[in-house]
Amino acid sequence: MGGMHGLGPVAPEADEPVFHEGWEKRVLALVIASPTRGNIDAGRHQRESIPGPAYLGMTYYERWFAALRAMLVKGGFVTEGELESGLARGPKATPRLSAEAVPASLARQGSYLRDGTSAFRTGDRVRARNLHPTGHTRLPRYARGRAGVVEACHGAHVFPDSHAHGGGEDPRPLYTVRFAARELWGPQAPARDSVCLDLWEPYLEPA
Amino acid sequence: MAHDHHDHDHGQAPPSDIALRVKALESLLVDKGLVDPAALDAIVDHFEHKVGPRNGARVVAKSWVDPDFRARLLADATAAVADLGYTGAQGEHMRAVENTSTIHNLVVCTLCSCYPWPVLGLPPVWYKSNAYRARTVIDPRGVLAEFGTVLPDEVAIRVWDSTAELRYLVIPERPVGTEELDEAALAALVTRDGMIGTARL
Repeated sequence: MGGMHGLGPVAPEADEPVFHEGWEKRVLALVIASPTRGNIDAGRHQRESIPGPAYLGMTYYERWFAALRAMLVKGGFVTEGELESGLARGPKATPRLSAEAVPASLARQGSYLRDGTSAFRTGDRVRARNLHPTGHTRLPRYARGRAGVVEACHGAHVFPDSHAHGGGEDPRPLYTVRFAARELWGPQAPARDSVCLDLWEPYLEPA
Repeated sequence: MAHDHHDHDHGQAPPSDIALRVKALESLLVDKGLVDPAALDAIVDHFEHKVGPRNGARVVAKSWVDPDFRARLLADATAAVADLGYTGAQGEHMRAVENTSTIHNLVVCTLCSCYPWPVLGLPPVWYKSNAYRARTVIDPRGVLAEFGTVLPDEVAIRVWDSTAELRYLVIPERPVGTEELDEAALAALVTRDGMIGTARL
Protein backbone atom coordinates (compact mmCIF):
# COMPACT_ATOMS: atom_id res chain seq x y z
CA MET A 1 0.00 0.00 0.00
CA GLY A 2 3.08 2.24 -0.22
CA GLY A 3 2.10 5.64 -1.67
CA MET A 4 -1.67 5.33 -1.18
CA HIS A 5 -3.48 8.46 -0.08
CA GLY A 6 -6.58 8.74 2.07
CA LEU A 7 -5.61 6.41 4.91
CA GLY A 8 -5.52 9.14 7.55
CA PRO A 9 -2.87 10.37 9.94
CA VAL A 10 -0.46 8.16 11.84
CA ALA A 11 -1.55 7.97 15.45
CA PRO A 12 1.39 7.36 17.81
CA GLU A 13 0.35 6.18 21.27
CA ALA A 14 2.35 7.22 24.33
CA ASP A 15 3.54 4.34 26.52
CA GLU A 16 1.93 1.78 24.26
CA PRO A 17 1.65 -1.69 25.84
CA VAL A 18 3.10 -4.70 24.01
CA PHE A 19 -0.47 -6.01 23.58
CA HIS A 20 -3.75 -4.15 23.93
CA GLU A 21 -6.03 -7.18 24.35
CA GLY A 22 -5.51 -10.58 25.90
CA TRP A 23 -6.65 -12.34 22.73
CA GLU A 24 -3.88 -10.63 20.72
CA LYS A 25 -1.29 -12.40 22.88
CA ARG A 26 -2.90 -15.74 22.17
CA VAL A 27 -3.07 -15.10 18.41
CA LEU A 28 0.62 -14.25 18.25
CA ALA A 29 1.50 -17.31 20.31
CA LEU A 30 -0.80 -19.60 18.30
CA VAL A 31 0.77 -18.46 15.03
CA ILE A 32 4.26 -19.13 16.37
CA ALA A 33 3.42 -22.49 17.96
CA SER A 34 1.15 -23.70 15.17
CA PRO A 35 2.23 -26.57 12.88
CA THR A 36 1.51 -24.21 9.97
CA ARG A 37 4.60 -22.17 10.88
CA GLY A 38 7.75 -22.54 8.84
CA ASN A 39 7.10 -20.81 5.55
CA ILE A 40 6.98 -17.07 6.18
CA ASP A 41 6.16 -16.33 2.55
CA ALA A 42 3.11 -18.60 2.54
CA GLY A 43 1.93 -16.90 5.72
CA ARG A 44 2.31 -13.46 4.18
CA HIS A 45 0.51 -14.57 1.06
CA GLN A 46 -2.35 -15.92 3.14
CA ARG A 47 -2.74 -12.56 4.90
CA GLU A 48 -2.57 -10.74 1.57
CA SER A 49 -5.32 -12.98 0.26
CA ILE A 50 -7.82 -11.35 2.60
CA PRO A 51 -10.05 -9.30 0.24
CA GLY A 52 -8.94 -5.66 0.13
CA PRO A 53 -11.98 -3.96 1.66
CA ALA A 54 -11.98 -6.38 4.60
CA TYR A 55 -8.18 -6.25 4.92
CA LEU A 56 -8.13 -2.47 5.28
CA GLY A 57 -10.72 -2.62 8.05
CA MET A 58 -8.98 -5.31 10.11
CA THR A 59 -6.37 -4.88 12.80
CA TYR A 60 -3.01 -6.59 12.52
CA TYR A 61 -3.92 -9.48 14.83
CA GLU A 62 -7.33 -9.91 13.22
CA ARG A 63 -5.48 -10.51 9.92
CA TRP A 64 -3.14 -12.95 11.63
CA PHE A 65 -6.10 -14.81 13.12
CA ALA A 66 -7.98 -15.05 9.83
CA ALA A 67 -4.87 -16.27 8.01
CA LEU A 68 -4.05 -18.81 10.72
CA ARG A 69 -7.51 -20.38 10.48
CA ALA A 70 -7.24 -20.59 6.71
CA MET A 71 -3.78 -22.16 6.84
CA LEU A 72 -4.81 -24.72 9.43
CA VAL A 73 -7.54 -25.90 7.09
CA LYS A 74 -5.36 -25.71 3.98
CA GLY A 75 -2.62 -27.68 5.74
CA GLY A 76 -5.08 -30.39 6.74
CA PHE A 77 -4.56 -29.81 10.47
CA VAL A 78 -8.20 -29.01 11.20
CA THR A 79 -11.39 -29.19 9.17
CA GLU A 80 -13.95 -26.48 8.51
CA GLY A 81 -16.35 -28.58 10.54
CA GLU A 82 -14.02 -28.56 13.53
CA LEU A 83 -13.60 -24.78 13.26
CA GLU A 84 -17.37 -24.42 13.10
CA SER A 85 -18.21 -26.73 15.99
CA GLY A 86 -15.08 -26.26 18.10
CA LEU A 87 -15.09 -30.04 18.61
CA ALA A 88 -11.92 -32.00 17.87
CA ARG A 89 -12.19 -35.18 15.81
CA GLY A 90 -9.63 -37.83 14.94
CA PRO A 91 -6.49 -38.94 16.77
CA LYS A 92 -4.68 -36.55 19.10
CA ALA A 93 -1.30 -35.26 17.87
CA THR A 94 1.75 -34.29 19.90
CA PRO A 95 2.51 -30.54 19.92
CA ARG A 96 5.50 -29.66 17.77
CA LEU A 97 6.68 -26.99 20.21
CA SER A 98 6.93 -27.72 23.93
CA ALA A 99 7.15 -24.98 26.56
CA GLU A 100 10.72 -26.06 27.33
CA ALA A 101 11.72 -25.65 23.69
CA VAL A 102 10.30 -22.14 23.33
CA PRO A 103 13.36 -20.06 24.40
CA ALA A 104 15.74 -21.94 22.09
CA SER A 105 13.21 -21.90 19.26
CA LEU A 106 12.73 -18.14 19.49
CA ALA A 107 16.50 -17.48 19.67
CA ARG A 108 17.39 -19.84 16.81
CA GLN A 109 19.21 -17.84 14.16
CA GLY A 110 17.85 -18.91 10.80
CA SER A 111 19.10 -17.63 7.47
CA TYR A 112 17.53 -16.98 4.09
CA LEU A 113 20.94 -16.80 2.40
CA ARG A 114 21.65 -19.50 -0.20
CA ASP A 115 24.24 -20.14 -2.91
CA GLY A 116 23.97 -18.11 -6.09
CA THR A 117 25.74 -15.67 -8.41
CA SER A 118 24.68 -12.04 -8.69
CA ALA A 119 24.45 -10.35 -12.09
CA PHE A 120 24.49 -6.77 -10.79
CA ARG A 121 27.16 -4.96 -8.80
CA THR A 122 27.04 -2.12 -6.31
CA GLY A 123 26.67 1.13 -8.23
CA ASP A 124 24.86 -0.43 -11.20
CA ARG A 125 21.80 1.42 -12.48
CA VAL A 126 18.79 -0.86 -12.59
CA ARG A 127 15.11 -0.54 -13.31
CA ALA A 128 12.35 -2.39 -11.47
CA ARG A 129 10.45 -4.35 -14.08
CA ASN A 130 6.84 -3.51 -14.80
CA LEU A 131 5.53 -6.78 -13.35
CA HIS A 132 2.03 -7.38 -12.06
CA PRO A 133 1.84 -10.97 -10.81
CA THR A 134 -1.48 -12.08 -9.36
CA GLY A 135 0.21 -14.11 -6.61
CA HIS A 136 2.66 -13.17 -3.90
CA THR A 137 5.50 -10.78 -4.68
CA ARG A 138 7.75 -8.45 -2.72
CA LEU A 139 8.08 -5.87 -5.48
CA PRO A 140 5.94 -2.96 -4.27
CA ARG A 141 3.65 -1.39 -6.87
CA TYR A 142 5.13 2.08 -6.32
CA ALA A 143 8.60 0.97 -7.49
CA ARG A 144 7.52 -0.83 -10.69
CA GLY A 145 9.03 0.76 -13.78
CA ARG A 146 11.27 3.06 -11.71
CA ALA A 147 15.06 3.29 -12.01
CA GLY A 148 17.53 3.27 -9.14
CA VAL A 149 21.07 2.35 -8.14
CA VAL A 150 22.25 -0.89 -6.55
CA GLU A 151 23.31 0.13 -3.06
CA ALA A 152 24.23 -3.33 -1.72
CA CYS A 153 24.41 -6.96 -2.89
CA HIS A 154 23.29 -9.60 -0.42
CA GLY A 155 23.93 -12.89 -2.25
CA ALA A 156 21.08 -15.20 -3.16
CA HIS A 157 18.06 -15.35 -0.84
CA VAL A 158 14.96 -17.54 -0.79
CA PHE A 159 12.65 -16.12 -3.47
CA PRO A 160 9.21 -15.32 -2.01
CA ASP A 161 7.39 -15.36 -5.35
CA SER A 162 8.21 -19.06 -5.60
CA HIS A 163 8.38 -20.05 -1.95
CA ALA A 164 4.95 -18.62 -1.08
CA HIS A 165 3.29 -20.87 -3.65
CA GLY A 166 4.91 -24.21 -2.93
CA GLY A 167 7.47 -23.74 -5.68
CA GLY A 168 10.44 -24.31 -3.42
CA GLU A 169 13.05 -21.82 -2.31
CA ASP A 170 14.34 -21.03 -5.82
CA PRO A 171 17.09 -18.72 -4.41
CA ARG A 172 17.70 -15.53 -6.38
CA PRO A 173 20.23 -12.71 -5.83
CA LEU A 174 18.96 -9.97 -3.54
CA TYR A 175 19.95 -6.31 -3.72
CA THR A 176 19.24 -3.11 -1.87
CA VAL A 177 18.27 -0.58 -4.54
CA ARG A 178 18.10 3.15 -3.82
CA PHE A 179 15.47 5.19 -5.69
CA ALA A 180 15.46 8.98 -5.64
CA ALA A 181 12.22 10.26 -4.13
CA ARG A 182 11.70 12.33 -7.30
CA GLU A 183 11.99 9.22 -9.47
CA LEU A 184 9.22 7.59 -7.46
CA TRP A 185 6.93 10.52 -6.70
CA GLY A 186 7.72 13.25 -9.18
CA PRO A 187 9.23 16.72 -9.02
CA GLN A 188 7.39 17.80 -5.89
CA ALA A 189 9.45 15.38 -3.78
CA PRO A 190 12.52 16.80 -1.99
CA ALA A 191 15.63 16.50 -4.16
CA ARG A 192 17.82 14.83 -1.55
CA ASP A 193 15.34 12.25 -0.25
CA SER A 194 15.41 8.62 -1.31
CA VAL A 195 13.77 5.26 -0.66
CA CYS A 196 15.71 1.99 -0.50
CA LEU A 197 14.05 -1.34 -1.21
CA ASP A 198 15.38 -4.88 -1.04
CA LEU A 199 14.65 -6.44 -4.42
CA TRP A 200 15.37 -9.82 -5.98
CA GLU A 201 17.11 -10.07 -9.34
CA PRO A 202 14.03 -11.24 -11.29
CA TYR A 203 12.40 -7.92 -10.37
CA LEU A 204 15.23 -5.96 -12.02
CA GLU A 205 16.68 -5.16 -15.43
CA PRO A 206 19.68 -3.02 -16.41
CA ALA A 207 18.82 0.67 -16.78
CA MET B 1 -29.61 -7.09 15.77
CA ALA B 2 -27.42 -10.10 15.98
CA HIS B 3 -24.50 -8.10 17.35
CA ASP B 4 -26.24 -6.22 20.14
CA HIS B 5 -24.05 -7.93 22.71
CA HIS B 6 -21.04 -5.98 21.37
CA ASP B 7 -21.20 -3.40 24.06
CA HIS B 8 -17.92 -2.30 25.58
CA ASP B 9 -19.21 0.80 27.32
CA HIS B 10 -20.22 -0.84 30.59
CA GLY B 11 -17.97 -1.81 33.45
CA GLN B 12 -18.41 -5.55 33.01
CA ALA B 13 -18.23 -5.79 29.23
CA PRO B 14 -18.64 -9.36 28.00
CA PRO B 15 -15.72 -10.84 26.05
CA SER B 16 -15.67 -9.56 22.49
CA ASP B 17 -16.58 -11.78 19.57
CA ILE B 18 -12.96 -12.01 18.43
CA ALA B 19 -11.80 -12.90 21.97
CA LEU B 20 -14.29 -15.77 22.07
CA ARG B 21 -13.31 -16.97 18.61
CA VAL B 22 -9.61 -16.95 19.50
CA LYS B 23 -10.35 -18.84 22.70
CA ALA B 24 -12.34 -21.40 20.74
CA LEU B 25 -9.52 -21.93 18.26
CA GLU B 26 -6.96 -22.31 21.05
CA SER B 27 -9.16 -24.90 22.78
CA LEU B 28 -9.59 -26.81 19.54
CA LEU B 29 -5.87 -26.85 18.80
CA VAL B 30 -5.06 -27.94 22.35
CA ASP B 31 -7.70 -30.69 22.17
CA LYS B 32 -6.19 -31.90 18.90
CA GLY B 33 -2.72 -31.93 20.44
CA LEU B 34 -1.47 -29.38 17.92
CA VAL B 35 -0.32 -26.78 20.45
CA ASP B 36 0.80 -26.91 24.07
CA PRO B 37 -0.86 -24.16 26.14
CA ALA B 38 2.27 -23.87 28.29
CA ALA B 39 4.27 -23.16 25.13
CA LEU B 40 1.80 -20.38 24.28
CA ASP B 41 2.34 -18.87 27.73
CA ALA B 42 6.13 -19.06 27.25
CA ILE B 43 5.88 -17.32 23.87
CA VAL B 44 3.77 -14.49 25.32
CA ASP B 45 6.23 -14.14 28.21
CA HIS B 46 9.12 -13.87 25.75
CA PHE B 47 7.55 -10.99 23.85
CA GLU B 48 6.25 -9.21 26.95
CA HIS B 49 9.38 -9.52 29.06
CA LYS B 50 12.45 -10.84 27.19
CA VAL B 51 12.66 -8.71 24.05
CA GLY B 52 11.98 -5.05 23.58
CA PRO B 53 13.60 -1.76 22.66
CA ARG B 54 16.02 -1.97 25.56
CA ASN B 55 17.92 -4.59 23.56
CA GLY B 56 18.36 -2.20 20.66
CA ALA B 57 19.19 0.62 23.06
CA ARG B 58 22.09 -1.43 24.35
CA VAL B 59 23.32 -1.94 20.78
CA VAL B 60 23.12 1.79 20.07
CA ALA B 61 24.80 2.85 23.31
CA LYS B 62 27.65 0.43 22.68
CA SER B 63 28.06 1.83 19.17
CA TRP B 64 28.47 5.31 20.70
CA VAL B 65 31.26 4.35 23.09
CA ASP B 66 33.05 1.54 21.26
CA PRO B 67 34.37 2.50 17.79
CA ASP B 68 35.39 -1.08 16.97
CA PHE B 69 31.89 -2.31 17.75
CA ARG B 70 30.38 0.52 15.69
CA ALA B 71 32.53 -0.45 12.71
CA ARG B 72 31.46 -4.09 13.03
CA LEU B 73 27.84 -3.09 13.48
CA LEU B 74 27.85 -1.06 10.29
CA ALA B 75 29.73 -3.76 8.35
CA ASP B 76 27.81 -6.82 9.62
CA ALA B 77 24.99 -5.94 11.98
CA THR B 78 23.73 -9.54 12.15
CA ALA B 79 27.01 -10.72 13.69
CA ALA B 80 27.47 -7.63 15.86
CA VAL B 81 24.04 -7.86 17.51
CA ALA B 82 24.38 -11.65 17.82
CA ASP B 83 27.54 -11.00 19.85
CA LEU B 84 25.32 -9.17 22.34
CA GLY B 85 22.97 -12.17 22.43
CA TYR B 86 20.21 -10.87 20.17
CA THR B 87 19.23 -13.51 17.62
CA GLY B 88 16.09 -15.15 16.32
CA ALA B 89 13.10 -14.76 14.03
CA GLN B 90 12.74 -11.38 12.32
CA GLY B 91 16.42 -10.72 13.00
CA GLU B 92 17.97 -13.25 10.63
CA HIS B 93 19.66 -10.55 8.53
CA MET B 94 20.27 -7.24 10.26
CA ARG B 95 21.49 -3.95 8.87
CA ALA B 96 22.31 -0.88 10.95
CA VAL B 97 22.00 2.54 9.31
CA GLU B 98 23.49 5.61 11.00
CA ASN B 99 22.02 9.06 11.25
CA THR B 100 24.41 11.96 10.68
CA SER B 101 24.03 15.72 10.65
CA THR B 102 23.00 15.49 6.97
CA ILE B 103 21.25 12.09 6.71
CA HIS B 104 18.20 10.86 8.60
CA ASN B 105 17.07 7.24 8.27
CA LEU B 106 13.48 6.05 8.63
CA VAL B 107 12.27 2.44 8.54
CA VAL B 108 8.95 1.10 7.26
CA CYS B 109 7.47 -2.07 5.80
CA THR B 110 4.92 -1.10 3.16
CA LEU B 111 4.08 -4.72 2.26
CA CYS B 112 3.36 -6.07 5.74
CA SER B 113 4.90 -5.15 9.08
CA CYS B 114 8.54 -6.37 9.03
CA TYR B 115 10.37 -5.23 12.14
CA PRO B 116 13.56 -6.37 13.95
CA TRP B 117 12.01 -8.38 16.80
CA PRO B 118 15.23 -9.46 18.58
CA VAL B 119 16.39 -5.87 19.10
CA LEU B 120 13.12 -3.92 19.25
CA GLY B 121 10.48 -6.49 20.27
CA LEU B 122 7.06 -6.41 18.62
CA PRO B 123 6.15 -3.33 16.56
CA PRO B 124 3.78 -0.68 17.91
CA VAL B 125 0.30 -0.49 16.44
CA TRP B 126 1.08 2.66 14.45
CA TYR B 127 4.01 0.94 12.71
CA LYS B 128 1.58 -1.73 11.45
CA SER B 129 -1.13 0.79 10.55
CA ASN B 130 -2.37 1.35 7.02
CA ALA B 131 -1.47 5.06 7.33
CA TYR B 132 2.17 4.53 8.30
CA ARG B 133 2.68 1.81 5.69
CA ALA B 134 1.14 3.94 2.95
CA ARG B 135 2.56 7.36 3.70
CA THR B 136 6.11 6.87 4.99
CA VAL B 137 7.54 6.27 1.51
CA ILE B 138 5.69 9.12 -0.24
CA ASP B 139 5.54 11.70 2.55
CA PRO B 140 8.21 10.93 5.15
CA ARG B 141 8.41 14.54 6.31
CA GLY B 142 4.66 14.67 6.88
CA VAL B 143 4.78 11.42 8.86
CA LEU B 144 7.72 12.65 10.92
CA ALA B 145 5.83 15.86 11.72
CA GLU B 146 3.03 13.75 13.23
CA PHE B 147 5.67 12.47 15.66
CA GLY B 148 6.79 16.02 16.37
CA THR B 149 9.97 15.49 14.38
CA VAL B 150 10.74 18.31 11.97
CA LEU B 151 13.93 18.08 9.94
CA PRO B 152 15.64 20.93 8.08
CA ASP B 153 15.35 20.71 4.29
CA GLU B 154 19.11 20.18 3.99
CA VAL B 155 18.89 16.89 5.87
CA ALA B 156 18.35 14.06 3.38
CA ILE B 157 15.79 11.46 4.42
CA ARG B 158 16.54 7.86 3.57
CA VAL B 159 13.52 5.63 3.90
CA TRP B 160 14.19 1.89 4.16
CA ASP B 161 11.24 -0.21 2.99
CA SER B 162 11.85 -3.68 4.49
CA THR B 163 10.74 -5.72 1.49
CA ALA B 164 12.97 -8.78 2.07
CA GLU B 165 14.31 -10.52 5.18
CA LEU B 166 16.74 -7.72 6.04
CA ARG B 167 15.72 -5.87 9.17
CA TYR B 168 16.85 -2.30 9.74
CA LEU B 169 17.98 -0.61 12.94
CA VAL B 170 18.57 3.14 12.93
CA ILE B 171 21.60 4.28 14.90
CA PRO B 172 20.65 7.77 16.12
CA GLU B 173 23.23 10.46 16.66
CA ARG B 174 24.60 10.58 20.17
CA PRO B 175 22.97 13.53 21.93
CA VAL B 176 25.29 16.44 22.66
CA GLY B 177 26.33 16.92 26.25
CA THR B 178 26.47 13.20 27.05
CA GLU B 179 30.26 12.83 27.12
CA GLU B 180 30.26 12.06 30.84
CA LEU B 181 27.63 9.31 30.69
CA ASP B 182 28.52 5.62 30.79
CA GLU B 183 27.08 2.99 28.47
CA ALA B 184 24.14 2.11 30.72
CA ALA B 185 23.17 5.75 31.19
CA LEU B 186 23.43 6.30 27.44
CA ALA B 187 21.23 3.28 26.73
CA ALA B 188 18.52 4.87 28.89
CA LEU B 189 18.45 7.82 26.47
CA VAL B 190 17.76 5.65 23.40
CA THR B 191 14.09 5.39 22.46
CA ARG B 192 12.27 2.88 20.28
CA ASP B 193 11.13 5.65 17.95
CA GLY B 194 14.73 6.84 17.68
CA MET B 195 15.71 3.39 16.41
CA ILE B 196 12.83 3.31 13.89
CA GLY B 197 13.67 6.85 12.83
CA THR B 198 10.42 8.60 13.70
CA ALA B 199 12.20 10.56 16.44
CA ARG B 200 15.58 12.16 16.94
CA LEU B 201 17.20 11.91 20.35
